[in-house]
Amino acid sequence: MRWLWLLYPLAAFAQPNTGEQLYVKNCAACHGDKGQGGRGTVLATPRLKFANDEDSLIYVIRRGIPGTEMPPAPLNDDEIRQVAGWVRKLMDSAPRPAVSEAAVRGQKLYQTRGGCAKCHSIWGEGGVLGPDLTDVGLRRTPAYLRTAVADPAADIPENFIQYRWVINIPDNFLIVRLTTRDGRKLIASRINEDSVSIQVRDQEGRLYSFFKDELAELHKDWGASPMPRFRGVFTDAELDDVAAYLVSLRGNR
Amino acid sequence: MRRALALLLALPLAAQVPYERILRAGAEPGSWLTYSGRYDGQRFSPLDQITAANVAKLRPAWVYQTQDLNKFEVSPLVVDGVMYISEPPNRASALDARTGRPLWQYNRYVPNDVRPCCGRVNRGLAILGETLYMGTLDSHLVALDARTGKLRWAVPVADYRLGYSITVAPLVVKDKVIVGVAGGEYGIRGFIDAYDAATGRRDWRFYTAAGSGEFGVETWAGESWKTGGAATWITGSFDPELNLIYWGTGNPGPDYNGDDREGDNLFANSVVALDASTGQRKWHFQFTPHDVHDWDSNHVPVLFDDNIRGSARKLIAMANRNAFYYVLDRATGEFIAGVPYARQTWAKGLDDKGRPIRLPNTLPTKEGAVVYPGLHGGTNWFSPTYSPLTKLFYVAAREEGTLFFKEKADYQPGRWFSAGGIRGLPGIEPSGAIRALESTTGKLAWEFPLRSPPWAGLMSTAGGLVFGGSSEGWLMALDASSGKLLWRFHCGAPIFAAPNSYLDQGKQHVAVAAGNALFTFALD
Repeated sequence: MRWLWLLYPLAAFAQPNTGEQLYVKNCAACHGDKGQGGRGTVLATPRLKFANDEDSLIYVIRRGIPGTEMPPAPLNDDEIRQVAGWVRKLMDSAPRPAVSEAAVRGQKLYQTRGGCAKCHSIWGEGGVLGPDLTDVGLRRTPAYLRTAVADPAADIPENFIQYRWVINIPDNFLIVRLTTRDGRKLIASRINEDSVSIQVRDQEGRLYSFFKDELAELHKDWGASPMPRFRGVFTDAELDDVAAYLVSLRGNR
Repeated sequence: MRRALALLLALPLAAQVPYERILRAGAEPGSWLTYSGRYDGQRFSPLDQITAANVAKLRPAWVYQTQDLNKFEVSPLVVDGVMYISEPPNRASALDARTGRPLWQYNRYVPNDVRPCCGRVNRGLAILGETLYMGTLDSHLVALDARTGKLRWAVPVADYRLGYSITVAPLVVKDKVIVGVAGGEYGIRGFIDAYDAATGRRDWRFYTAAGSGEFGVETWAGESWKTGGAATWITGSFDPELNLIYWGTGNPGPDYNGDDREGDNLFANSVVALDASTGQRKWHFQFTPHDVHDWDSNHVPVLFDDNIRGSARKLIAMANRNAFYYVLDRATGEFIAGVPYARQTWAKGLDDKGRPIRLPNTLPTKEGAVVYPGLHGGTNWFSPTYSPLTKLFYVAAREEGTLFFKEKADYQPGRWFSAGGIRGLPGIEPSGAIRALESTTGKLAWEFPLRSPPWAGLMSTAGGLVFGGSSEGWLMALDASSGKLLWRFHCGAPIFAAPNSYLDQGKQHVAVAAGNALFTFALD
């Protein structure tokens, strides 16, 4: 065996032949046992960004989604149909969210005291230092989103370097400190890196590309997040409101 | 008349590759006649037009795009102006080596329910006379007319519905075609086969999971050998003087949990030396007895000669997936040296017979056990290279630990048979390196760090270069003596193949498959 397509879950399934079992074996490590999401997008939701009908859902499972963490599934056509059937069940199980007053209050905090748009964009409005949030409510759980605001370093998504042969995407938003051979210093966010080069973006959003032999020093701040902590800036109630606003961002205009 | 003759000479000639030509492949460095170039498995090109001094001027010559999105793992053959490749899933193509334009293509229908573990891939073809040989995902061996791509014959090797598939490039030895199988995660029983090159009749079979009445059956509890795996999916090497074929074998089945297959599980995770005429085992060496980490020994065995403690020896070297580098006597299988070349946490070392001394708490558990190397090993199937000029063994190494889980699995014919699973280690960024080892000792001479664990093989050349690739898509030329990066080209997609080299129009070329394309390079 040369490699595994996906992270395998702990549970044993001797006969991975129903949609649910195939799902748990192949999909759950990222999307959660009940489709609640995790490193992968939430599937227990009425609408999926990349799959708005059965054909596109099957296509996405078969081919993966280039430019995202989603790899192609190592399954045959029959198995893919079964998995797709189970995913539709998970989608049907999702509660329909209502726009809450909390979300309205959260939006206000996002736009004012939070200053979130300095680094994050929604529908193309805002900065690009941090992840785009247009449909973050589809892709992340409410609990994760609250933590991500209160204490961003508490749960930094893993990068997917093990899967680079199918996923050619920017890495996570790792902060690097580098010094060029001619003495320039830069603190920036890593966009991509390989064996001979690195691409970064600085705090003003300027893009830089270096070959490594042009650098005297390259330091990576593992475990640190470029985002400030908002615990202490927002009250617990305000954190709930901001999280509610983020949950409401589901790619709907 | 003279003009017509010149025109004729300019056309690619029909391939005429008798066995004697493969045997003396070293005498015609402009060709690439077997998977590894020659029988010794060294993947060394004697061509020296491209050197450390001029490699900076290496430029793309042409690019050939496949029409298939599966991984492209081929190592091309180049004969008399024609390049022969396989493309995923099971297409064979002849390309004009000068332009990359197809001369013919052959497609084999691949049933929907084939079961390759890790993608619908194929690593290449073998040639003898005017016939090309390709193994197929539905476990057939096909013979094609090298002039036209028309099918000469196709014979079943195994039943693909039981999980057998063929991804390996066959190896032609004299009048036989040697081929192995994949399927170590499906409870297959592995073997190495030899087929009559003219007729496709099977001449011999050697089972790599020893069964009833065979040497080694006592190393399997009960009848566990029947689903014992030990697949044979990477092309072996051949020593014509000793008349021995050397071939690596994969993990025993099921993976991760060896409770139902107590014993060493011969000949899994081994290299076997077989008499080329009869398939009889001359010797074997098992790298990882009773493997539970899926550390296949599906590597190209590298044959070379050198002095050991003052006496000339015929040697075989393997950088193993279990993170140890081994040197053996290839006439007898005697263990000569073995040292780690990548991070490993599972063995205290090797004893004086080369058997690993396992450390406690490294077996997979229900809760998970962290072990280096990880599932994918200290290296994997991609080719190493040996340069007789530097006497260094070059390997693309992976630095990546894994959390190994143990579960239960029941065998059902044709179904996935793997009793556990793995996870990556959170918060740890895996990496890799191209390492040069002193070939008789395994001592590190130099290394070139890679940011991502590699899947690309290596080639060394008489120009003093080592060509290698990265999972990020860089094709690189390193100084064979120092490891210094001398040239790089971004192919735009990960490299899952090994480079090779040949002459076209008298100029040295380097070829490599990357992404879904085949790239060739030549000096400006």
